[in-house]
Amino acid sequence: MIEVVISIFLLLGAALTAIGSIGILRFPDVYGRLHAATKSATLGVISIMIGVFIYFLVVQGMFVGKFLLTILFVFLTAPVAGFMISKSAYNVGVELWDKSIQDDLGKDIKKYKQKGQNQ
Amino acid sequence: MVYTIANICLVLMAISISVLFIRVVIGPTLSDRVAALDTIGINLIGFIGIIMLIQNTLAYSEVILVIAILAFIGSIALAKFIEGGVVFDRSSD
Repeated sequence: MIEVVISIFLLLGAALTAIGSIGILRFPDVYGRLHAATKSATLGVISIMIGVFIYFLVVQGMFVGKFLLTILFVFLTAPVAGFMISKSAYNVGVELWDKSIQDDLGKDIKKYKQKGQNQ
Repeated sequence: MVYTIANICLVLMAISISVLFIRVVIGPTLSDRVAALDTIGINLIGFIGIIMLIQNTLAYSEVILVIAILAFIGSIALAKFIEGGVVFDRSSD
């Protein structure tokens, strides 16, 4: 019975990781690609590590805290890395997809520069 | 049964890393390559986790943590680098 649970976690994680990598190959611009990289791959790796943790806890009878630490670390650091990459890509001038219709950060930067000129 | 499923998952992860490597090679800008390299680092964590399950050992559990830390630090440093900013700020303000 516990093997079924572990297998479901492992298959879910591997499928989410594969879907995320296909998203990185198929999305049109770097911001959409970061959307695929940050959410899907992170959830896939967290699911795989939960499966491995349950395997070593139940089948082998060993409590390994390093797996929980890995889950916490990936959950904390992957969004931060994605945010830093997208901020640097915007500052260096990587263009958005030509069909995207909303650019709130560009609007705010323009407003900030106008306010600086008026003073 | 778990070992068969784990081998299938290992093949899926290998295909995923190969697809990400295509994006590293053909990426139009430097930011695409950095995003794909960061995701390769995250996928390697799951890959080594499944290898630990198959080989039934705990020997690689430090490797997972070191790869997680190195992928995060490398992504931050490369993002600072392509922005043209300062990677290590040594000013005393």
